[in-house]
Amino acid sequence: MQVFTCPFCGPRNETEFHFVAEAGKVRPDTTQPISDAEWATYLHTQRNEKGPVREVWMHTTCAELFVMQRDSVTMAVLGTQALRKDGS
Amino acid sequence: MTGRRLASGGLIDRKAPLRLRFDGRPYGGFAGDTIASALLANGVRIVGRSFKYHRPRGVWGAWVDDPNAMMTVRLNGREMPNVPAATTPLEDGMDVRAVNAWPSAKYDVKGGLDLFHRWLGAGFYYKTFIWPDWHLFEPAIRKMAGLGHVSDAVYDDYVSDQVNAACDVLVIGGGPAGLIAARTAAERGEAVTLVDDHPDVGGSALQEVAIAGADPAKWVTAQKAAFVAAGGQVLVGTTAYGVYDHQLVGLIQQFGFGAAPRRWRMRARRIVLATGALDRPVTCANNDVPGVMSLQGAADFVTRYGVLVGQRMAVVANNAAAERAVAVLDGAGGRIRRVDPAKGAVTVHGRRGVAGISQKGTRRYADTVLMSGGLTPLVHLWRHAGGKLDWCPDRQAYLPGKSPVDMVAVGAANGTFDLEQALEEGQTAGAGRSVTRGPTDYHLTPLWPKPGSAGRQWIDFQHDVTLKDVEMAARENYVSVEHLKRYTTLGMAADQGKTANMAGLAAMASVQGVSIPEVGTTTFRPPFVPIPIEAFHGQHAKTQWAPVKRLPLEDLHRAADAALCEYGGWLRPGWYGQGDQTALIAQEAVMARTHVGVFDGSSLGKIAVMGPDAKAFLNFVYYNTITTLKPGHLRYGFMLTEGGVVYDDGVVACLSPESYIVSCSSSHTDGVLRHLEAWRQDGNDPDRIFVHDTTQAWATVTVTGPKAREVVAALGVACDLDKAAFAHMTLRETTWQGDALRIARVSFTGDVSFEISVTASKAAALWEAVIAAARDHGGGAIGLEAVSILRAEKGYIMVGKDTDGETMPHDLGFWAPRQKKTTAFVGDRSLRSENANRTSRKMLVGLRVQDGAAALATGAHVVLPGGEVSLGYVTFSYDSPTLGHPIALALVDNGANRHGEGVEAWHMGSRQSVTICAPCFYDAEGEKLHA
Ligand SMILES: [Zn+2]
Repeated sequence: MQVFTCPFCGPRNETEFHFVAEAGKVRPDTTQPISDAEWATYLHTQRNEKGPVREVWMHTTCAELFVMQRDSVTMAVLGTQALRKDGS
Repeated sequence: MTGRRLASGGLIDRKAPLRLRFDGRPYGGFAGDTIASALLANGVRIVGRSFKYHRPRGVWGAWVDDPNAMMTVRLNGREMPNVPAATTPLEDGMDVRAVNAWPSAKYDVKGGLDLFHRWLGAGFYYKTFIWPDWHLFEPAIRKMAGLGHVSDAVYDDYVSDQVNAACDVLVIGGGPAGLIAARTAAERGEAVTLVDDHPDVGGSALQEVAIAGADPAKWVTAQKAAFVAAGGQVLVGTTAYGVYDHQLVGLIQQFGFGAAPRRWRMRARRIVLATGALDRPVTCANNDVPGVMSLQGAADFVTRYGVLVGQRMAVVANNAAAERAVAVLDGAGGRIRRVDPAKGAVTVHGRRGVAGISQKGTRRYADTVLMSGGLTPLVHLWRHAGGKLDWCPDRQAYLPGKSPVDMVAVGAANGTFDLEQALEEGQTAGAGRSVTRGPTDYHLTPLWPKPGSAGRQWIDFQHDVTLKDVEMAARENYVSVEHLKRYTTLGMAADQGKTANMAGLAAMASVQGVSIPEVGTTTFRPPFVPIPIEAFHGQHAKTQWAPVKRLPLEDLHRAADAALCEYGGWLRPGWYGQGDQTALIAQEAVMARTHVGVFDGSSLGKIAVMGPDAKAFLNFVYYNTITTLKPGHLRYGFMLTEGGVVYDDGVVACLSPESYIVSCSSSHTDGVLRHLEAWRQDGNDPDRIFVHDTTQAWATVTVTGPKAREVVAALGVACDLDKAAFAHMTLRETTWQGDALRIARVSFTGDVSFEISVTASKAAALWEAVIAAARDHGGGAIGLEAVSILRAEKGYIMVGKDTDGETMPHDLGFWAPRQKKTTAFVGDRSLRSENANRTSRKMLVGLRVQDGAAALATGAHVVLPGGEVSLGYVTFSYDSPTLGHPIALALVDNGANRHGEGVEAWHMGSRQSVTICAPCFYDAEGEKLHA
């Protein structure tokens, strides 16, 4: 059971959180032509890195999204910030 | 008689005698005994039969390392299977039976299996019974091979406490090193918890002559007292069974036989591992004969229980730590013969008990053989936490290497077997400093299994794996340790190979001619000791695990004799009244069609979406165009996933240009809320959009049927209900009895319907008023079952029932936005993919049966006449009480273009002719809907 720190509520058990996406993924402008490959990359391709990762999570009890840096090998949480101040 | 009770010594209370029965015979013990120590004190040798060959087995170890003594125990009318005799405190009146023996461990009718051992090697059952079908043989084999029987009785009070706790320092193991570590940390002012799985702390201290110049028992008492005085918490009878992410340690605390253990989820800032080490068996011929025991275990039986396990004891040891144990046994009056295993292979003699030991052709008498093949540090928890292991050639053992975060190993767990050094390590770790392992006086002569040597040599006692099985696995190329483990089941029994794994790895290394570290280890996984599944859920089960959501009107429904059922997490009325369920449901459906039906729609999601960007936001998250929706109007629509699949359907109400209500499916509200929040905060300005779930704040009473308008009019609301003034898919906000009231003209049945919403506190008053008015018009309450029929007659879908994980909106006949909507929306690009444009997509259709035929089975496959290939399946089927014939909805390949085609519904081998039709059986022109 990991402990994540919601920037709004503080440290909580991981069961209160929901993974949303890898950080930095930008939705293509779907009013413009987009190739199948580009769309498929957006939908399905994840970086899935080993080591430090940046991810967007939701704290389901307060419903706020935030960015979390963590290490996918050691499971160490390296930091969390509110999404809206992150700019990504 | 072999084992006997000593006149003095041990931690038992000789003034407190206890009685037990073993395999039907009465014996005596004392308070402080385990089942195993009591049996040994009575001279009992055979305590069970081995798993596969039904060989007689005796006690091997004095604690968690014992693989053999597994019991079914009855006490006070309560029976528990697979009770480990070596770790279970004896209680008065215990009725103990060996698990794998019938009628008793001494006389086992399956003992004959041992004669066939040649044919029962690794993989025997799989290889032999694979033809014609393993499953034909499996029941008989399982019955013959399993350990223990689960009692049929259900113990309602067997419910585990669950405790969440935290501490600065968790010290695991209350031996000398652990005690010093705990005391040091506590005296520094840290919150420290010390756990030990024995009834009291002390660990290996009891076997020492003196500690820091003091009597060991007094030293232990003094350390514990100082620790407690410094604020420390001691948990005895408590095993740390697993270490999980972020320093979470699972503890299991025992409260005696038959009582559910308490489970602690202990979050520790740092962990000191002082778990000690176990003695290894020596792999030699017949090393499983009862009376072959762990040397350290035998010393433990003396110091803890005052039991000398044998009279004429041969000691086969290869290491320096043996001397301390031998001294203990010697002091207890045992006659000891040392056999140096370095001088040649040894063979144990005897069948039902040790009768001698021979080396180089010389046989000598012994009633007990005590083995010590070297100490193995208990590093299980270290590995759970992600710590690395280093192979130490001097100690011939894996030792803690690179440490996991905030965990330090000390004492024997760290390979530090010298007392002084262990105490020093404990002190260092307690002070929060890292531990550097010093040089050791401990030494040993490597002694590992020798492949090719004669006789049957046991590696895994509990799962009956021999050296020959390991050799066979290697011959058959199961050389990876993980394959070796699974093929031979080595280390996979309830003891998790505590005595077996090292011998197995060494044997495999030897067969392959490589070093032990080159073979590697298998994965250490929790739990360290067997734990009842019960302990993992405790009260968190059944309705406590998934609590239902409850309606404000539940009491009124109950009073009206509703059958309350769970629908998508909500407890809702299925139907009303006593009697034949099908008939009652049909009556309700007909009543709603001919007169008026009233149902509780309060569970329907009511998510408020507000703010200057609310309209653009909803236009983005909905498939349908929302920008054209005017205040006072409703629109039915779909939310899609980015993959274009229908995620939810519902109605959006526009209260004002900056205020909307999203009415989603009852079961989807939480998910839709998360979906909206995610898009709101990621890609939008969250200061210009607000999402708020008001589902529980409003109660909704839905009135449907030809008389619906009259019923609503009878409420006396200030609202023009005339169909010209109040059209289908519009909304009015008004008041009723001084409170806010919303009336939405929207239908889930195909008849004129009004959804009336008030604050939850007014729900009962509204319900009673509506029901009274409905009765005046020949109607009344209807349950969800009737509603489900009415909506299916009309072809209104239920997402997740009439759709699946591939259904896109155009598969349901909703083409327009996909073709016309120009602004971006969730899932849009996926609707323009090759996959979305396939004609062979499963589309929603209706199915008509032949005149007089019965209703189809839900889930029946749709196939071509005589065909074998599924074109889709029936999602809903019912014998419509309104129409007097069966109806069905189905998802069928290219179904929208096959209306009129004759196909078959295939179910469990039978076929029924059906005709594909439009998915609407009631009021296709919509005259009743708009009436
Ligand atoms: Zn939060």
